[in-house]
Amino acid sequence: MTPTDIILAVSHLRVSYDSIQAVDDISFDVGKGEIVTLIGANGAGKSSILRAISGLIGYSGSITYSGKDLKNIEADKIVAAGIAHVPEGRGIFGNLTVLENLKIATWQRKDKEKIIKDFENVFSLFPRLRERRKQLGGMLSGGEQQMLAVGRALMTDAPMLLLDEPSMGLSPVLVRDIFKIIQDINQAGKTILLVEQNANMSLHIAQQGYVLETGRIVLSGTGKELTGNPRVKEVYLGG
Amino acid sequence: MSKLSAAYYTLLTRWQTLTGNKYFWPVFMIAGLLFCIAASTFEFLDLYLQLILIYVGINIILTVSLNLINGYMGEFSVGHAGFMAIGAYVASLLTVHVFPPGDQNVLFPLAILAGGIGAALVGFLVAIPSFKTRGDYLAIVTLAFCMIVKSVLENIDAVGGPRGLLGMEKLTTLPWVFFWTALSVWVIRNLVYSNFGRGVLSIREDEIASDLMSVNTRQVKIIAFVVSSFFAGIAGGLFAHALQFINPRMFDILKSTDILIMVYLGGIASIAGSIIGAVVYTILLEILRPLGVWRMVLMPLMLVLLMIYRPRGIMGMKEIRLFMPLRDLVTEKLWRRKKKEAPDVSA
Repeated sequence: MTPTDIILAVSHLRVSYDSIQAVDDISFDVGKGEIVTLIGANGAGKSSILRAISGLIGYSGSITYSGKDLKNIEADKIVAAGIAHVPEGRGIFGNLTVLENLKIATWQRKDKEKIIKDFENVFSLFPRLRERRKQLGGMLSGGEQQMLAVGRALMTDAPMLLLDEPSMGLSPVLVRDIFKIIQDINQAGKTILLVEQNANMSLHIAQQGYVLETGRIVLSGTGKELTGNPRVKEVYLGG
Repeated sequence: MSKLSAAYYTLLTRWQTLTGNKYFWPVFMIAGLLFCIAASTFEFLDLYLQLILIYVGINIILTVSLNLINGYMGEFSVGHAGFMAIGAYVASLLTVHVFPPGDQNVLFPLAILAGGIGAALVGFLVAIPSFKTRGDYLAIVTLAFCMIVKSVLENIDAVGGPRGLLGMEKLTTLPWVFFWTALSVWVIRNLVYSNFGRGVLSIREDEIASDLMSVNTRQVKIIAFVVSSFFAGIAGGLFAHALQFINPRMFDILKSTDILIMVYLGGIASIAGSIIGAVVYTILLEILRPLGVWRMVLMPLMLVLLMIYRPRGIMGMKEIRLFMPLRDLVTEKLWRRKKKEAPDVSA
């Protein structure tokens, strides 16, 4: 990978909550158009990394996106700069309709024509959302809410998506659907940083993977390499 | 029974055709204004009735503007009376001490506007530190603000101190109240259904998700608070010139509580609810006046019952069609492209 291909560069990232070190000196790069996955158990620091990238928490170290330092930039400006974060638990606006949920993601956008195209795109990607566009976000099923959360991130028109456990709480069939959609979105040109506990599925679709344990990267490699790694097999893929 | 329901549906359809007409609002506004002008010129409504209508209008302004913060944005501000006080004092000082006597009627709207701007400026100053906190903490900060305004006013002799300020002419007439009420309802309704308004709603729903969806939450909160306090100031100015006497005690936490009651009675996050809440509360208080002290027992009791049986208020989170936008440009375009679909533009 040549340096120009790198779109997101994280170096020596440290995040701590009071005295607890959640992320301890982590460095990794994401190439343009790639799917990169961070896997690890609960409390390994995966979500903290995403929160740091999208400006929700303070950190030390540096994060650059397309050569731009993201330090001290507010969350809403980071979205405008090109990174959309689908948070853990989805963050659906429960009392607003599906359509309103999607519209909020275009809050800072002025390109009306492109917004309409993106609406069409999201609705063709998720026909369920079109059917339910007038329903309240809180009335959707878990899978539909996850679709809405991803759809919202697409509506921001950000070239890079951070997905925090998109498979959480979904049935195996839905998990497969969601991962299929992630691949489709990636094919359409979005760069994806995927945080998952479902190591099997995420390593399968990712070009590059990192295994986290208590805030450190303990293993890294291509998706295939990691799937074949005996340690990963034993701990994350169930032997 | 079926006859009755048929009649009801005919009436409903007629009503919907009427309110769906694009000339409905302009005609309603002009008719309302003409009625108010006629009522105050020819006095076919007696003065007492006019005064009640004036209070209804002022309370609608207060309720709609507080609903923006407490209903639509989901924060809990109890400082509305403080902003009202600032508007009342700024406007009154202008009409009593600054403006030349004689042309008061012409300059009156300027005084009211100045009261609104004064309140908005203070609202801006309060918003910056306040919105570093949320929920209960914001309530405490605004409560403290309300107390500060009251004690500051009590300690400035130039504005009468605790004795209050008088000397205002009775400049608040029914047409002016109608105008300012219509203006505030119109502005806040348009704000709520704009892109900015969706940002306000998203803060109520989930502030972090809102940030992640590119909403500049800090900016939205400050602007909403400034707009809200601006209209509280307007209401204050009108109030002062209707009563022709103000003192700091009128604007204490009890006044804020009154406004809160109207907001929660009418229902949060609803323009129609704010209007209904203000009208019902103001008129009920007048009707119950013969009960004397018992009035203040009955009203809270009704509120308790309301909270038990209908915790979201009369209209909570619902809106009547009349206040909703007729069409939405983005979605309209979107569905027009998909001709196969039935044209479905409301959202």
